[in-house]
Amino acid sequence: MANAVKNLEVQPTKYEAEQSTWDEIAESRAFKDLMATKRTFIVPAFIFFVVYYFALPVLVGYAPQFMSTKVIGEVNLAYLFALSQFFVAWIIAALYVRAANNFDRLAKDILNKAEDAKGGK
Amino acid sequence: MANTPLIMFLVFIAITLGITYWASRRSAGASAYFAASRQIKGWQNGIAVAGDYMSAASFLGIAGIIAFFGYDGFMYSVGWLVAYLTVLLVIAEPLRNAGKYTMADVLAYRLKPRPVRAMASLSTLTVSTFYMIAQMVGAGALVKLLLGGYVTYNKAVIGVGILMIVYVVFGGMLATTWVQIIKAILLMAGTLLLSVLVMAHFHFSFGEFFGAISHVTYHDAKGQEVVKDFLTPGLRYKPPYGPLDLLSLGLALIFGTAGLPHILVRFYTVPDAKTARNSVVWAMVLIGSFYIMTTFLGFGAATIVGPDFIKTHGGTNMSAPLLANALAGSVFFAFISAIAFATILAVVAGLTISATTSFSHDFWTNVIHNGTERRPGEEVLVARISAFVVGAVAIAIAIVLGPTANVAFLVALAFAVAASANLPVIVLSIFWRRFNTAGAVCGLAVGLLASIGLILVSPSLMAIDPPTVTGTARHLIQAKAWFPLENPGILSIPLGFIGAIVGTLISHEPTSQHKFNELLVRSNTGLGAEKAGAH
Repeated sequence: MANAVKNLEVQPTKYEAEQSTWDEIAESRAFKDLMATKRTFIVPAFIFFVVYYFALPVLVGYAPQFMSTKVIGEVNLAYLFALSQFFVAWIIAALYVRAANNFDRLAKDILNKAEDAKGGK
Repeated sequence: MANTPLIMFLVFIAITLGITYWASRRSAGASAYFAASRQIKGWQNGIAVAGDYMSAASFLGIAGIIAFFGYDGFMYSVGWLVAYLTVLLVIAEPLRNAGKYTMADVLAYRLKPRPVRAMASLSTLTVSTFYMIAQMVGAGALVKLLLGGYVTYNKAVIGVGILMIVYVVFGGMLATTWVQIIKAILLMAGTLLLSVLVMAHFHFSFGEFFGAISHVTYHDAKGQEVVKDFLTPGLRYKPPYGPLDLLSLGLALIFGTAGLPHILVRFYTVPDAKTARNSVVWAMVLIGSFYIMTTFLGFGAATIVGPDFIKTHGGTNMSAPLLANALAGSVFFAFISAIAFATILAVVAGLTISATTSFSHDFWTNVIHNGTERRPGEEVLVARISAFVVGAVAIAIAIVLGPTANVAFLVALAFAVAASANLPVIVLSIFWRRFNTAGAVCGLAVGLLASIGLILVSPSLMAIDPPTVTGTARHLIQAKAWFPLENPGILSIPLGFIGAIVGTLISHEPTSQHKFNELLVRSNTGLGAEKAGAH
């Protein structure tokens, strides 16, 4: 058995299909919905975190006086902004995981349909 | 108790060798050897990713930068966590869905496998070896510093090299994973303990702690006593180029982490894309908590130990161990030192397995032998041999360079190559229908060459040293640097993308466009994704 498995393992994958099958799935309503749903979350989330992150070195590098403003006791704006980056990253990750449950649900329907079409294999 | 560090090192080595023996009996077959049979649980893989990622540079380096430069060191640490959002949002799931063992698997779906895999393998080996050499030289210097009485630099390098070879050759991905998990747990425990002790020193009052940070006393380069507010930005990243360099580093982190081969291979060790996603979240919790705690390690060292004392007792990298010594004595110093050692071993083992997987799977099986094993088990055998070779070469280079070699730039180089060569082609192959083989080869080549070229003419390698600096500590080119930044990302990343786009546009490859739908469906739904193997 081990030998049989090894021969298969050199192939990229065990699920093969005709070009037409891939095109069909890619053009299907369900798949387009999945892609649109993903894009609606991922694109704004990505842009937001990149802008929020680069605001830190830009503000600290080019407005050091302003960022040195003390906010709570000795703690200044620069430190609080850097600290906030960690929490913002965690929040975005948590929101993504929640959104991704929805992606999984949509993908599951596409998967089931494709595997049924294969004839239960 | 002078030999406590030695005993703690030996205990760690004994445990990891035991794990390697256990793993060696479960590493038969390619999927077992390269991907731990894809049966690592989400939380386990998350801890292992953290263990793979947080190098000695994070643990000792960042604590040291904060101890000497205050706030700028803390700001530097932020990007290392935020970078995981790129991994989470863009890379981890498509990679797990469409790939098998390496990032080149994803590229090979729609592009011509041989040229693409050859270039991707070259880029992977470049990133892994450069990063590894930096770690090995650091390891040698560190072990010598911590165990100076017993171990020389050369012996330390050879010891670390042999251990890493043993883990990877005999235990494969399974042993590597568990070494990384144990290391991450030790690192988190040690850091947490140090943080609590620092706060105890300040009577658990943040007011008192930050009060001390705002008045750090030390002697500057001219021997003048100065009192500085260590929360003020700009102590390290000074104009004119400091802020720009930090921006450039940020770009390399945000785009490079998601292109680091030793991180990417970790996502093949879990059963499916959902588990890969959860493991990124676990990793983010650990990595984020760790970098937040560098506040206590770094500022604690600055206020409790003081830059003057650290400078005369081993330098910046000793900040965290010296803090441990000051707070709780020599046994705790030994514990923190052993954690630093475990940290290096876990990272070099991860680098070795990613390099050998790429060499045997991408280059040997798929480029040289057109995707077929000539006899069963050949791919794993080649991987084991190449792990041995990679380890031997890394030991040799680290010994030739010696403990004083200026190697910090190698880490910047590894991230720059990952960000400028690997990431553009992964992203474009997943998202751009028009993308093709010429684009991938061109993007990888331009990204790789631009990163190496810019580092060569950066202040890391080009500077005029005073005659007192000798040997490998001298800069390679004795002239004023042509490129003012130590981090090339700000220029090399756009160049990598431009290379990939121009290469695509000047060539025509209908098959890659036809096959885009297959990759699109596979990477987004997990249809036909590699399944976990049986025990």
